[in-house]
Amino acid sequence: MELLLIILIGILYATGIYMMLRRSMVKLLIGLILLGNGANMLIFLLGGITKGKPPIIGEGEKILSGLYADPIPQSLILTAIVISFGLQSFAIVLLKRVYVLIQTDDLNDLNTPDTDI
Amino acid sequence: MKSVILRTASNYLLPLLLLFSVFILLRGHYNPGGGFVGGLIASIAFMLHAFANQLENTRKLLRYPPGALIPVGLAVSLLSGLAPVFAGQPFMTALWFSAPVPIIGLVGTPLFFDIGVYFVVIGITLTILFNISENIL
Amino acid sequence: MTDNYIILPIIAHLAIAVLLIFFWRKVQIQRYISVLGSLLVLGLSIGLFIKTWRTGYLTMQAGNWQAPFGITFVSDVFSSTMVLLAGMAGLAVCIFSSVGISRHRIQYGYFPIFHFLLLGLNGAFLTGDIFNLYVWFEVIIISSFVLMTLGGKKPQIEGGIKYVTLNLLASVMFLTAVAILYGLTGSLNMADLSLKMAEIDNRGLVNVTGLLFFLGFGIKSAVFPLYFWLPSSYHTPPSAIAAIFGGLLTKVGVYALLRVFTLIFIPDEFTSTMLMAVATLTLLTGAFGAVIKRNMRMMFSYLIVCHIGYLIGGLGMYTQAALAGVIFYLIHDIIVKTNLFLVSGIIYKIRGTMNMDKLGGLYADYPKLSFLMAIVFFSLVGIPPLSGFWPKIYLFQEGLATPNAWYLVVAMIIASFVTLYVIAKMWADVFWKDRPAEEAATEDDFAPMKRYHRAVLIIPVVMLAIASLYIGFCAEHIATLSQRIAADLKDTAPYIKAVLGREIIKP
Repeated sequence: MELLLIILIGILYATGIYMMLRRSMVKLLIGLILLGNGANMLIFLLGGITKGKPPIIGEGEKILSGLYADPIPQSLILTAIVISFGLQSFAIVLLKRVYVLIQTDDLNDLNTPDTDI
Repeated sequence: MKSVILRTASNYLLPLLLLFSVFILLRGHYNPGGGFVGGLIASIAFMLHAFANQLENTRKLLRYPPGALIPVGLAVSLLSGLAPVFAGQPFMTALWFSAPVPIIGLVGTPLFFDIGVYFVVIGITLTILFNISENIL
Repeated sequence: MTDNYIILPIIAHLAIAVLLIFFWRKVQIQRYISVLGSLLVLGLSIGLFIKTWRTGYLTMQAGNWQAPFGITFVSDVFSSTMVLLAGMAGLAVCIFSSVGISRHRIQYGYFPIFHFLLLGLNGAFLTGDIFNLYVWFEVIIISSFVLMTLGGKKPQIEGGIKYVTLNLLASVMFLTAVAILYGLTGSLNMADLSLKMAEIDNRGLVNVTGLLFFLGFGIKSAVFPLYFWLPSSYHTPPSAIAAIFGGLLTKVGVYALLRVFTLIFIPDEFTSTMLMAVATLTLLTGAFGAVIKRNMRMMFSYLIVCHIGYLIGGLGMYTQAALAGVIFYLIHDIIVKTNLFLVSGIIYKIRGTMNMDKLGGLYADYPKLSFLMAIVFFSLVGIPPLSGFWPKIYLFQEGLATPNAWYLVVAMIIASFVTLYVIAKMWADVFWKDRPAEEAATEDDFAPMKRYHRAVLIIPVVMLAIASLYIGFCAEHIATLSQRIAADLKDTAPYIKAVLGREIIKP
């Protein structure tokens, strides 16, 4: 399971960086999303994986008993997902606006020479 | 989208999903659920309605722009965080009423915090989605 | 000891922002609320500073979850100083933007977002938890994204794309580093991490994590190979926004670097050398970038990059005196850089351009205002006894005393002279040179403004100039302050004790 996750994280980071280096804005966005997911998976992996033991106190019990999953990475990932949700929706709206203004998807066309230099 | 099945279904699904979102909201804190998930489900309900019955009709149904929910939610969350400060506790300490309320269960500041989150999430998600989908739907 | 006072500068900004959203379309009311609110926060920050100065450390365990499990807010002298500086810069920019920011931007929510930005800054300064720091950073960048692109035309949106992309990459790096840190230690509390990191045997992994943090914060604070987004985006937004960005956003990266590298990753020889090398290159590239730019605001952007080099270099030397120099420089830099962009805003209002070839004759038209601006410019350069001079003395002295730091000292001296050169040249071009004849027809937007509006634009510049003069002429006060902060940064045991609430034995 760990090995699988490690490979998956590697792929996510690599494709994310690769997509960010492309010239298309949509691919840039996809790259950012993939990188964010890679980072979330990394937290999940490094927090230690415990199978099938959610850290929820059952009915009629006062404390958790036995081996249970560490709740901190889960809450970290949840926070990170919420944040990246906000950031990505902002980025989508921004890119849409850029597309309306400039009528192109190519990042190289973003360098309008500054008239004021 | 012009689909009779979807439109008919969405009319029944909207109240059902909203009820479910409130259930998820109240279930939170000790069980999986809470304001964020509840808010997302509620906004999905409205988005489904928008898919089936055009965006304008959903806007009419809501009456106010969804963004108006954001400050309300933030204020509720902020006050629930500040309440323990007046009781001499650190910021955001959970204060609970001693006796549980029927149906809802134990009521305390975390519940109000979650309700605030619920409103903020609905407000933000609907604002974003309405904006993005304005030219598509 | 738990003290709720610590959270007030954060909560106040949140409350103001929420209040402002309720008055979404009412521009005039928003201006008043925002200025009064910033004044209130400045008052609270002064209170926090005095309180912290007396007691040394204030802590608050949010939600009463004890450290290291809960989120701790810590105010030591360093963070309370930063909060105070953010309060001062925030108030100045807030007053300036009540006239300097156009009505349609305010209607799109300029003021609430501005307060969210300051909320994030204060949170980042006061938190004692590394993941919470990440969250505050996200609050900062998402509000800065909005400010960067708010109501913008083509160049502003283009600058926005570069800014957004690089900052998103930086936060992914930061998150990756936090993940590895949690995997290594199982803790997120910075004081607890400080203890646990010292015990890890695998120093290679620790160094790599440290480098990831350096990468994340380095992009944000614009150090040498990672700064390219800054000069291509900071000149695009209105000057009030550029002022708060130039004054505080890069400095919050430096703050985080100082915090992380004094508390969690104590620089060993490799990190030290790397920091000094990066600082040297930052100083040189920033300085030479500033020389060739003819757009004033772009030149200032390069000067921001250049002066970050002093801060990183001082951190690289890692002696108490060098850290004191860094803190002194940081205090001076926040005030003066904010002011610099405000001044550029007034010049833009007067002449309608930022191109130095087209500017000129400002001294003949506005002698008193020019004198005020001269104070700002020459504080930046550090002509004694103005404020930029003293911290450099510390840094030079320490650089000469540190073995193998000669290249850093050379770079610092070159950067100082280049700064002097570009500012003197700019002064000659913008203030003394006659105005080009073909430009004489452009309207002056400043003179016909109401007297009251002009005053509102000038008052923040005067306020910050007075602060700069105070730093220059009462340098011993600031020196005492920075010495104390540097001592705190070097000896972290009291910090850890204050957070964890128990005695600790360092190996």
